[in-house]
Amino acid sequence: MAVSSKRRVLPGFRLSLGFAWFYLGLIVLIPLSGLFLRTFTLTWAQFWETVTAPRALAAYQLTFGASFAAAAVNVVFGLLVAWVLVRYRFPGRDLVEALVDLPFALPTAVAGLTLTTLFSANGWYGQYLEALGLKVAYTSVGVAVALTFIGLPFVVRTVQPVLEDIDADVEEAAATLGATPWQTFTRVLFPSILPALLSGFTLAFARALGEYGSVVFISGNMPLRTEIVPLLIITKLEQYDYAGATAIAVVMLVASFVLLLAVNLLHRWTHRRLEARPGH
Amino acid sequence: MEVRSWVLPLLLSLAACSKSGGGDAPAPGGAVTLLNVSYDPTRELYEDFNAAFAKHWAAKSGQKVTIKQSHGGSGKQARAVIDGLEADVVTLALAYDVDMLHDKGQLIPANWQTRLPDNSSPYTSTIVFVVRKGNPKGIKDWEDLVKEGVTVITPNPKTSGGARWNYLAAWGHALRKPGGSEATAQAFVENLFRNVPVLDSGARGSTTTFAERGLGDVLIAWENEAFLLTQEVGKDKFEIVVPSVSILAEPPVTVVDKNADKRGTRAVAEAYLQYLYSDEGQELAAKHHYRPRSQAVAAKHASKFPGVSLFTIADVFGGWKKAQAAHFDEGGVFDRIYVPKAR
Repeated sequence: MAVSSKRRVLPGFRLSLGFAWFYLGLIVLIPLSGLFLRTFTLTWAQFWETVTAPRALAAYQLTFGASFAAAAVNVVFGLLVAWVLVRYRFPGRDLVEALVDLPFALPTAVAGLTLTTLFSANGWYGQYLEALGLKVAYTSVGVAVALTFIGLPFVVRTVQPVLEDIDADVEEAAATLGATPWQTFTRVLFPSILPALLSGFTLAFARALGEYGSVVFISGNMPLRTEIVPLLIITKLEQYDYAGATAIAVVMLVASFVLLLAVNLLHRWTHRRLEARPGH
Repeated sequence: MEVRSWVLPLLLSLAACSKSGGGDAPAPGGAVTLLNVSYDPTRELYEDFNAAFAKHWAAKSGQKVTIKQSHGGSGKQARAVIDGLEADVVTLALAYDVDMLHDKGQLIPANWQTRLPDNSSPYTSTIVFVVRKGNPKGIKDWEDLVKEGVTVITPNPKTSGGARWNYLAAWGHALRKPGGSEATAQAFVENLFRNVPVLDSGARGSTTTFAERGLGDVLIAWENEAFLLTQEVGKDKFEIVVPSVSILAEPPVTVVDKNADKRGTRAVAEAYLQYLYSDEGQELAAKHHYRPRSQAVAAKHASKFPGVSLFTIADVFGGWKKAQAAHFDEGGVFDRIYVPKAR
């Protein structure tokens, strides 16, 4: 870290900092302040009533809950996929690599339609799941499924390079020192990949919070039950209620920012702990 | 020196930003382009109509006209125009969205709907039912939709302009039948929406849910969408049921004055919309399953469009703005179906 700030590759720290601020301002800060300004047309009481309406509360709960569940599932299975891709050479590995990125590239509406087709009562998965009494399409489970789909690449792609950096020697060394495989994983490998896992979780979670295209197809959009926050915003726009739409958006923005900040702090803390460990 | 080194690029980039942009002037020579901002299911209609109008206009004025089309949800399209999409004409699903071009954007005068015949709706449609082949649940009229064990598919009227017509058709039926009142109408739509398992965000989404997912016994749809579904998508899988009474759906059109004047396209834009009322325009509307306004053209297609007692939104609801405020805005009747204690 210290080295990079002494020896600069790009000329002119101040010049590049100026550009960085300008760019962030243009792309992020100015549009977002516009968002805040629009809500100022509401009185405080109106704002509060809009953002605490029963439908809004139900939508926050679903959006944050399903996004969290989806990101958590992706942490577990994304790690598994990344592990397989890094540690094993098998026929069709390139194909799997490309498959992982597909949710990035696929238009989300296509993803939503495809998932709904699979999980609806007459679909490939749905017919068996419904026989077991598990409804996926048009329920909150369906929302989580869609969010899991779109979030997968984030975890795989953040964990993969870190796993690649860990030499197999490290595991062998642990084994020669008498560690069981479980100990090797929990004491040696896991702490090294934890920061990357957290980053992947954050990205997948943040992506899921804002997702609209894929979810509206599979959720069924029933008020109080399967309405996500972005749908509520669209609903308000459809009534030309720009102020109400931005009020909800501001709540999402603040909540997302606080959550992301918290995860980033946690990330820094785990990273420091990792750096501070003997041998590093 | 140090300060200037990062202020300068900032100012330069700002200057660069302010220089770009700006509107495009009318095309030189004998060519002109129009942008028609429309809603989703009119794509094929306007593909045909644009070709017909270009031919007509070239013959009449010697000018070559190219018409660009934009399609999307009616409300979304109206917001795009309000936010600066330079549409010369809009052809949307409901007058409420066009009203907003005046209320929110000051792009057209308040009396826009009186400038063309028939409430500025050159073609109409109505709300009908689509059922599965053989009509296994015996759906004949509105009252059958609220029976136990019947599931109904209709999009969310909060997000779909088209679906607001579906809802208002149901309300109008309940209000106008013998003994009907505001209270019975409200009870009717409440019971109807209890039978709706999924509220898709748009009309095409509902069609997919009904046709592809196999969900629901009845799809409430615009007649032109119902024709598409029964004639082109699932020829032998679905049937249309026309209820005894329904609403006259009037998708309105207008020139967007501010944009047309700025781009110098008013004459051709007005001619474009007027041509929708010509025999050729009316025939194309009928071909694409919209009910023509022209008596003569309608008579030729009488077998395609069965007679149904139609009421208008002005008759029953006093216009779109009132209907929107009472039924679909925050805390309106539709919200109260789902959130009983809404204030």
